[in-house]
Amino acid sequence: MSTLNLNLPIRKGNFALNVDLSIPLQGVTAVFGASGTGKTSLLRAIAGLDRHVGGLVNFADQMWQDHHNFTAVHKRGVGYVFQEDNLFTHLSVEENIQYGTSRASNTKAAVDHIITLLQLQNLLTRRPSQLSGGERQKVAIARALAILPKLLLMDEPLAALDQTFKQDFLPQLKALISELGIPLLYVSHAADEVAQLADNLVLLDKSGAAKCGNIIEMLTNPELTLAHRQEAESLLTATVNSYDAHYHLLSLQLCGQTISVSGKPLAPGTSVRVRILAQDVSITLAAQHDTSILNIFPVTIEQIFPYSAAQDTILLNLAGSQLLARITRKSKDLLGLKTDQKVFAQIKSVALSQ
Amino acid sequence: MLTQADLTALLLTLQLALCTTAILLVLGTPLAWWLARTQWRFKFLLETLIAMPLVLPPTVLGFYLLLALGPRGFVGSFMQTLGGEPLAFTFTGLVIGSVIYSLPFVVQPLQDTFHNIGKRPLEVAATLRAGGLDRFLTIVLPLAKSGFITASMLGFAHTLGEFGVVLMLGGNIPGETQVLSIAIYGHVESLEYVQAHLLSAALLILSFFMLLTVYGLRGRMRVASM
Repeated sequence: MSTLNLNLPIRKGNFALNVDLSIPLQGVTAVFGASGTGKTSLLRAIAGLDRHVGGLVNFADQMWQDHHNFTAVHKRGVGYVFQEDNLFTHLSVEENIQYGTSRASNTKAAVDHIITLLQLQNLLTRRPSQLSGGERQKVAIARALAILPKLLLMDEPLAALDQTFKQDFLPQLKALISELGIPLLYVSHAADEVAQLADNLVLLDKSGAAKCGNIIEMLTNPELTLAHRQEAESLLTATVNSYDAHYHLLSLQLCGQTISVSGKPLAPGTSVRVRILAQDVSITLAAQHDTSILNIFPVTIEQIFPYSAAQDTILLNLAGSQLLARITRKSKDLLGLKTDQKVFAQIKSVALSQ
Repeated sequence: MLTQADLTALLLTLQLALCTTAILLVLGTPLAWWLARTQWRFKFLLETLIAMPLVLPPTVLGFYLLLALGPRGFVGSFMQTLGGEPLAFTFTGLVIGSVIYSLPFVVQPLQDTFHNIGKRPLEVAATLRAGGLDRFLTIVLPLAKSGFITASMLGFAHTLGEFGVVLMLGGNIPGETQVLSIAIYGHVESLEYVQAHLLSAALLILSFFMLLTVYGLRGRMRVASM
């Protein structure tokens, strides 16, 4: 598999970020970090919008930047969607989308297909000022995809939009990207977007370091900051078993266990992701039956590490998958929890994403 | 009615204003673009120089230009060594004077327009595979349309009303340097008020309709882009 290799010393005022990464050019890679960790700077450097002296950018077999060369933005063949102000105000929606296609020699049929997928057919003659924020971003995404980029870069494209739009649009975006097979680098500081979209994760932290890896592994890795957040979470993949129309519950197959999740009906066999916050997982020594909690699984304690003065985070192994639980230190001591112990995890709430 | 001499003055004035505006657009566009983009910390020096004609009495500017372009001046003597004529008291000399005199009226609106367009549309265009010149032609020019109209009209109108620079540098040679404002002054001096009225009215009406066009167009464009 080809990769995007980066070695970038990014300096901006007092801020320094040292990126030395190899990012797989497949699927969606989220660039995640708090604000001020240099997510946008990293994306701009990859696109060639900013030049950092002494940096290396190697895309598959093309050297975009080294000590002697710097490929200009328009010759890199990247698509870029900014957080806002994407559209050319002097052009209609259709002209905006077509702006890059003549230069990239894409076919009309392919462009029409993208327009259809994003449901923009009825907006083509409008001016950008006549669009809603969500429509504007969809047009910007269509325009970036219409040049058939080798790599698509998105800088918090949905950050300025409301939650309802985001919930509707994210699955659409994910399907679109996987259909077109264009690798996507997606900058976000919203954990829910990242959990829903990403296969891989580039994690930037305040110390100026960057790490890259599989999102599922990184979320629960005690070495990384992700597992130490207040909203620490685990991501697990599951397949749909059946749908209980009476209780409106989906039954999922997860690591050999069956888990019930409320949600819309999905076809059996559909692959889904479940997101479980560490604070929604509690631990019991024996399986409880007289409880309102539906999802109770046998797990093994892999590691216990401190979170705050009062709480610990516990890394659990659920038939090969990893799950985080956060409990008070007092409970941990009362239950006498220790590594390799077999216990039960009670999962209070599960979020589902397709 | 207008005499032949007055007509000649009117045509010469229009010719001067047209030449000056055309040259200013050619020179002023890259200059304004550079000023709007550069991070050079002594940019303000250049901006000050360009703004000088706004505050300097035209006679002062005309005086220095006369010295420079006359037979003893460095430009004038250089022209002579090339086998040409000194530029003072010629139409070419007037064009040079007007270009300097009207420079801020073209450069400043263009610089503001370019500045207001900002970097974003150009960055977007670059990611859509447009090269530098392509970006300028397809993004900057259309977005700066109203700025160009304003700059041209202001440059043109300001040259039209020029008096002091012409008086110092060009004198009053009919068909060569006698522009409208000088002709009006001449008529008043010789107490030919009817002629002065006619020419003044012509200039007044011309200026009014030009500005009307500018504001009309800008208003409509503002509505269209909404």
